[in-house]
Amino acid sequence: MSIRPATRRPRNVQATPAAAFDVEKVREDFPILRQKVHGKPLVYLDNAATSQKPQAVIDAIQRFYAQENSNVHRGVHWLSELATLDYEDARVKVQRFLNAAESREIIFVRGATEAINLVAHSYGRKHVQPGDEILISTMEHHSNIVPWQILCEEKGAVLRVVPINDRGELLMEEYEKLLGPRTRLVAVVHVSNALGTVNPVRKIIELAHRRNVPVLVDGAQAVSHVPVDVRELDCDFYALSGHKIFGPTGIGVLYGKARLLEKMPPYQGGGDMISSVTFEKTTYNVLPHKFEAGTPNISGVIGLGAAVDYLGKIGFAATMPHEQDLLAYATEAVSEVPGVRLIGTAREKAGVLSFVMDGVHPHDMGTILDREGVAIRTGHHCCQPVMDRFGVPATARASLALYNNREDIGALVRGLYKVKEVFG
Amino acid sequence: MSDLRELYQEVILDHHKKPRNFRRLEGARHVEGYNPLCGDRITVYLKLRDGTIEDISFQGSGCAISTASASMMTQSLKGKTLADAEALFKSFHELITGQARGPEETADLGKLEVFSGVREFPVRVKCATLAWHTFHAALEGKEEPVSTEEGHE
Repeated sequence: MSIRPATRRPRNVQATPAAAFDVEKVREDFPILRQKVHGKPLVYLDNAATSQKPQAVIDAIQRFYAQENSNVHRGVHWLSELATLDYEDARVKVQRFLNAAESREIIFVRGATEAINLVAHSYGRKHVQPGDEILISTMEHHSNIVPWQILCEEKGAVLRVVPINDRGELLMEEYEKLLGPRTRLVAVVHVSNALGTVNPVRKIIELAHRRNVPVLVDGAQAVSHVPVDVRELDCDFYALSGHKIFGPTGIGVLYGKARLLEKMPPYQGGGDMISSVTFEKTTYNVLPHKFEAGTPNISGVIGLGAAVDYLGKIGFAATMPHEQDLLAYATEAVSEVPGVRLIGTAREKAGVLSFVMDGVHPHDMGTILDREGVAIRTGHHCCQPVMDRFGVPATARASLALYNNREDIGALVRGLYKVKEVFG
Repeated sequence: MSDLRELYQEVILDHHKKPRNFRRLEGARHVEGYNPLCGDRITVYLKLRDGTIEDISFQGSGCAISTASASMMTQSLKGKTLADAEALFKSFHELITGQARGPEETADLGKLEVFSGVREFPVRVKCATLAWHTFHAALEGKEEPVSTEEGHE
């Protein structure tokens, strides 16, 4: 059996990452990476689905349950005070992470999906009328399509879709044309999970704002790869999931401009989101609590705070050159495998390598790679319109995180040669 | 590697590359089957006469396991009575989920035995059974597409 190892260095790629970033040291922070799968070292390249957790996040959650567990915002006892302090402290950490103006603009939700649903449900239902339009793009995740379809159906509004080119880039001139007098909201992904495209969100927002149209940015895939400054972007809403930035599952964030959030009706009713309740009238609580009904995911919030701290300690200045270098390396190495075609070749990309192979279905690739310890995602990645656009039923997707190294890419490429060997 | 070879046997790869009975059957009842997990989509065409499968074919695109399974299913089912077809499906399902009973209780799977490797790959069971579930729906006269799940991804 001969497997061509990817030892040859691809062209145009520096020998070592530019910034002082020690990937081997970072890998030690992630206990799961010491795991073996089918007797082989785990090569985790499914980070766009979920990222692994550093020990610091695991410890923070463990510490909360072992030493602090109690409910927030309502107890007078010591533990409750401690939990409330840590919970609200995490909100400030997220505020700084996104450079939001105020911590009350940070709403904790279950994930990016719930964040988008919150806006569709609360802002959308209030402001969208029959005949109005919501503008999204072809490369949206189902979570940034379906909530708007539901809203449009309910309101008799129209969903408009900005097309993309063959590289997987938004057609900005089409976007400008689609921004019309009836456009009530633009909802667009920052970084595509299926293609890796980094969208020019600053420009998208600027063009929408000229027509007084607010913009929601789905940042689920972006926040672990690029620094996000919501004030610099001037976005009206920004949605993210904790588990994709090394935090726990079941926790996410909706950032919203305070002046918009203040005027929005509650999303769910219950405890904590009220200031007073009688059977005649209920007065809603102030931001952010108005949107956080019920006992929140306290350990999740604390874990997310630890994840944001972790990311802050390493810094995007160090991770970005490493990830860009690795993506360039992987792009070249995977492209050199005969019969492989990349899906998504935008000029601005982050973290994602989607591809297909002649005569081999992605699902078969996934099974064979798994036996080599290489975890990738195969399927439509919750982006069926993207698959339709490129005329493929599915793709194989390798997605990177800061802890991936060139050995991981080598294992991926060796695995792809094994796929070719099996399929002859 | 050995379990991969068990899964991707030569016969399976051959049917994947050159699927048999891969055509439309004019005037036949047909149902679409869909596996949202892998994006596999097939249509099974079925002609019955006097409780027997007179002709059966399929079209569509899918992974090696689902295409080969559909191809070999059409070969195995042609000419079978409906009762025999049901028994074959049951035995096939037991084979690939590793619940095979003794030979005296199992319908003769013949060439379909090559799918026994699937039991080592539980996530691929749906690929191997997509065509069979679709066939079953066609048999029952269903018209809505069959899905292996309700939209997980």
